[in-house]
Amino acid sequence: MEKTAIDINKPRGLHQYQWEIFLVVLFLAVNVVNSFLSPYYLTLDTFVSTPMNFLDKAFLVLPMTMIIILGNIDVSVGSIVALTSVLMAVSYNAGLPMPLAMVLALLVSTTCGFINGFLQIKFKELSATIITLSTMTVFRGIAYVILEDRSAGKFPSWFSFLAWGYLGKIPFILIVFVLAAIVFAVILHTTRFGRMIYAVGSNRTACEYSGIRTDRIILGVSMLAGLMAGFTSLFLTSRMGSTRPNVALNYELDAIAMTVLGGISTNGGKGRITGPLISIFLIGFLNYGLGLRNVSAQVLLIILGFLLVLSVLVQNFTDRPRQKSPQKSSAPTRRSDAGDGSDIHENSAQGG
Amino acid sequence: MADYILELRHISKFFPGVQALKDVHFQLKPAEIHAIMGENGAGKSTLIKIITGVYHPDEGEILFNGQPVHFRSPLDAQRLGIAAVYQHVACFPDLSVLENIFLGHESFDSLTRKIHWRELRKKAEVLLQSLDADFSPSASMGSLSIAQQQIVEIAKALSVDAKILIMDEPTAPLSRRECEDLYRITEGLRDKGVSIIFISHRIEDMYRLAERVTVLRDGHYIATWDVPGLEQARLVQGMVGREITQYFPSRHAAIGEEIFRVEGLSRTGFFKDISFSVRRGEIVALTGLVGAGRTEICESLYGISPRDAGRLFLEGKEIAIHTSAEALAHGIGYLPEDRMKQGLVLDWDLIRNITLASLKNFCRNGFMQPSQEKDIALRLTDSLKVKTAHIYAKASTLSGGNQQKLIVAKLLTSKLKLIILDEPTKGVDVGAKTEIYRIMNQLAEEGYGIIMISSEMPEVIGMSDRIVVIREGRKSAEFATPDATQETILEAAMTAHGREAHAIAG
Amino acid sequence: MQSQVKMNADGSTGGANLRPQNLEGPPDSRSSGLIRKISRNSETFRELGLLIFIVALAAIFQIRNPKFLSIANIKDLLANTAILSILAVGMMMVIITRGIDLSIGSTMALSGMITSLTVSAHPGISPFLSLAQGMAIGLAAGLVIGVLVAYFKILPIIATLGLMNILRGMTYLISKGKWVSAYQMSAGFKNLSTGTTLGINNLIIFAVVIYILYTYFINQTKTGRYIYAVGSSPETAELIGIKRQRIILLVYALMGLLAGLAGVLWVSKFASAQGDTAVGYEMNVIAATVLGGVSVAGGRGKVSGILLGSILFGILANALPLINISPFWQQFIQGLVILAAIISNVLLQRRNDKLALKKRAI
Repeated sequence: MEKTAIDINKPRGLHQYQWEIFLVVLFLAVNVVNSFLSPYYLTLDTFVSTPMNFLDKAFLVLPMTMIIILGNIDVSVGSIVALTSVLMAVSYNAGLPMPLAMVLALLVSTTCGFINGFLQIKFKELSATIITLSTMTVFRGIAYVILEDRSAGKFPSWFSFLAWGYLGKIPFILIVFVLAAIVFAVILHTTRFGRMIYAVGSNRTACEYSGIRTDRIILGVSMLAGLMAGFTSLFLTSRMGSTRPNVALNYELDAIAMTVLGGISTNGGKGRITGPLISIFLIGFLNYGLGLRNVSAQVLLIILGFLLVLSVLVQNFTDRPRQKSPQKSSAPTRRSDAGDGSDIHENSAQGG
Repeated sequence: MADYILELRHISKFFPGVQALKDVHFQLKPAEIHAIMGENGAGKSTLIKIITGVYHPDEGEILFNGQPVHFRSPLDAQRLGIAAVYQHVACFPDLSVLENIFLGHESFDSLTRKIHWRELRKKAEVLLQSLDADFSPSASMGSLSIAQQQIVEIAKALSVDAKILIMDEPTAPLSRRECEDLYRITEGLRDKGVSIIFISHRIEDMYRLAERVTVLRDGHYIATWDVPGLEQARLVQGMVGREITQYFPSRHAAIGEEIFRVEGLSRTGFFKDISFSVRRGEIVALTGLVGAGRTEICESLYGISPRDAGRLFLEGKEIAIHTSAEALAHGIGYLPEDRMKQGLVLDWDLIRNITLASLKNFCRNGFMQPSQEKDIALRLTDSLKVKTAHIYAKASTLSGGNQQKLIVAKLLTSKLKLIILDEPTKGVDVGAKTEIYRIMNQLAEEGYGIIMISSEMPEVIGMSDRIVVIREGRKSAEFATPDATQETILEAAMTAHGREAHAIAG
Repeated sequence: MQSQVKMNADGSTGGANLRPQNLEGPPDSRSSGLIRKISRNSETFRELGLLIFIVALAAIFQIRNPKFLSIANIKDLLANTAILSILAVGMMMVIITRGIDLSIGSTMALSGMITSLTVSAHPGISPFLSLAQGMAIGLAAGLVIGVLVAYFKILPIIATLGLMNILRGMTYLISKGKWVSAYQMSAGFKNLSTGTTLGINNLIIFAVVIYILYTYFINQTKTGRYIYAVGSSPETAELIGIKRQRIILLVYALMGLLAGLAGVLWVSKFASAQGDTAVGYEMNVIAATVLGGVSVAGGRGKVSGILLGSILFGILANALPLINISPFWQQFIQGLVILAAIISNVLLQRRNDKLALKKRAI
């Protein structure tokens, strides 16, 4: 049975894509239901322009996929969107040309991402959860400090093109999103950077022994998350025409839910970007259908919450949980490397 | 009353592929301190786990006060009054000493569920006083030194009226003065009628403390001697007195000029003032007892863990290494001890594991080149004879020896000059061992310098050109391999006077 | 080492359990462990620092606005702090076991909404029945989270994020988007929070009762100490036979119970129940808790600490408008406070670890 490694082609099979197939079936089911709700539903136009309503937050799903593959969580992205949007509006109103204001927005959002990443690599004892929880409050807090309860806007008319414009018959935002999705898919699945993301998420210790600069990966992904939050903020602001400090509330939940529903395991190291991409459209069209039935947006909240918990439940049952290293710094005892396994500690499955 | 409070007869224990204990005897008298000695892997820990009910013996019987007993779980052993204190204290650092002693078997009011603090505190004070503790029961566990924490563990054992106390390498993390305190406490316990099983790597511990000693070697019972009047040479002979029957492939590597040197490497709390060098084509064995600091030294060389002082020279030039990436860039590779956690991504296939440490070499403009990856993986798995169904198999499906080869393959994708192998044959079967030895020789012949950390005496002697012995964080001896015997190495590793012993022996 | 000293010379609540009878003089006067001194200093330092900070802040506010230290304002301040401090009790237990609960704002909203709807439909209902109803709702929510975290091994952040939305959505659904306003609530119901007993605001009485019960529970009882044990070292806890999963379930259930209670009090206090009641309030609670010295690494936290943390937060919320700082600074300050608290914890820990290593000279 055992022999020296032989050359074969990489085994591939549909069974690898079970989860994606499941999502596609769900997506189709949603659309079948929707088409019964409205006689005008089944048109090409519906499928091309409906995404304009939900694609802004979809930009957050792309880096969230990387973050969860790394084994982390980032709850601050919604706040970054709000801060960036407020800063862009305020700086434009203060006289900065709009294109520069947009560049500023992206710079600010990337900086926010950098701060998240920097804190994570400087204070490894702290979990990404608690760090982004505090920066979430700080970022949105700054937005409130700047704008209080006012709104800001009066953008140049061309700015609305971002969210509402079409190139030919296709919405501009759809084109940008497809391009971004392709870029992220390529980065994640074909580049060295992508490979290292999976490696760090699968076994960070082994990466550190293999000369991989894990800190750089974490910093890089955090900055990408910031950059994409900037994109979300551009499109969201354009769609609404004005902004307030409380925009993009709960966007982090949407992004996390879509990612996890897309089959990315919260244990890290597993999943493809195709799943989250499908789940963006699944949830988007589901939302649209609920709108057709005049079901309140609050029902979607419930559904999202359920989907999040359920998909993690399913994953925990199918995927044996990876042993996570305890976050607590342990006593400076000598390494327990007793030859015949006399280590008395039992590993805890979940640190929490 | 039986002669022995605890007696083990004809105990054998099998694990898949290995026999950990074979026909072992052990007899513990009431109120005696009985040492168990042996090398790493001699079976001491397995024996302890059988006594504490963690493992069940496959053959043989256990008598407690002359009555046969069966331990279904550690709780059964605890009920009979068998308690253990380990080197690595399992405690609640954030809770008080009092709570660490009693939590789990505390007495409390069944109605209000209030713990009987007053009563427990009095008990704790009495216990701690009897152990001459210099801290109060309300002190926080985390603020105590390791020696003090051990005292708490002993108090915990006594709080359940232990009749037999097992002390598993308690002195390893202690300073000399702390050891002396522990000796006194141990003797005090014995005088009160507790029987103590004392396990230590230190020969001086045994001479200072024990009345009798049982020696194990490779899972076999060797002898039980009275300590007074026992010659050290006889004891050491008993521990290592095997003939080296294992086959080590003959070695033809030409040893060249010095390739790597370390001077004065220190890290507070782990090791101090370590210097040695490696030549091209040379295998240097870094040996010593488990926990002596060998792994920490090499991890520091490799940039995984920090160091406080020390200089590294590669081919005569001083180099700075702060991360493993820098170490790899300089040509230093490291095969870690725990291959599952530190070496491999178990969920990944062979190819990806092999290229993990040198992704740069397999990408163009940042994009991975799967065909190149596959080529090198096929080449290396073939030349190292990694046995697997195919190269897309997950690393978790390989046997231990093949996993080890896989990590070697991973190292070979980088341009290395020095390879550090941390316990390369740990947990692999005999056939795979021989193959790993063959690979090591092959590497040496190709001109790599090799540092091998090993606890196995025959391997150290059979495979190295030079031997550096580490004892408690310091270099205690260095031998040219032909001058070394198992006895001299063990003495250097175990006794404070190893160097002198060596001088006499040499 | 996890250097932390649980006793403190001032005999404050957190350490009281350990030397309840003062059987001896000052603890450890005879021992001279360097690390112990330093870690005790750092522990006392935190609480003392917090106290000094509170006093200094109060002094500044008083100078800027003499109304600050008036009896009326202090009463107001304490009443406003009461709900926060009640919730901090639950959050402290959750964080001690290395968890987090983001769902409490939603639990409060749901509990507040359902109880006030009940009251508006049956005005004659006893206020205490309303309290019980709210607590039952909270307990149910907490049990769900506890089961998900303890038995289904879902990360606390994911489970509570999910429940946060489910509960919030349910609140909107049940209320059909409408508010329950003051005129729909019975006087007795509103009296729960706004009334006084013996001249003391009821909210303060609730808080005091809960703190007394809680201090007893967490410091004196077996289960209370097991909570610390599980957070301090989950492995050791299992080793000595503590049922870890049960403790975690309990902790989230209690958090839910308190959130349910707080929801009723909140709605009664503001005399209005809305869909967005207490949105984001979980962050205030987390901030007050970590500010009070509860370590996110688990195992550590004192009642006195969270009390001080809550009061500091109450002062900030109360005083910022008084000294003409926009209340919109509050969230920003809150975030910075959390960040500063968790980072200073890490730095102190590192220092202690280093000192512990130094002791192990080779």
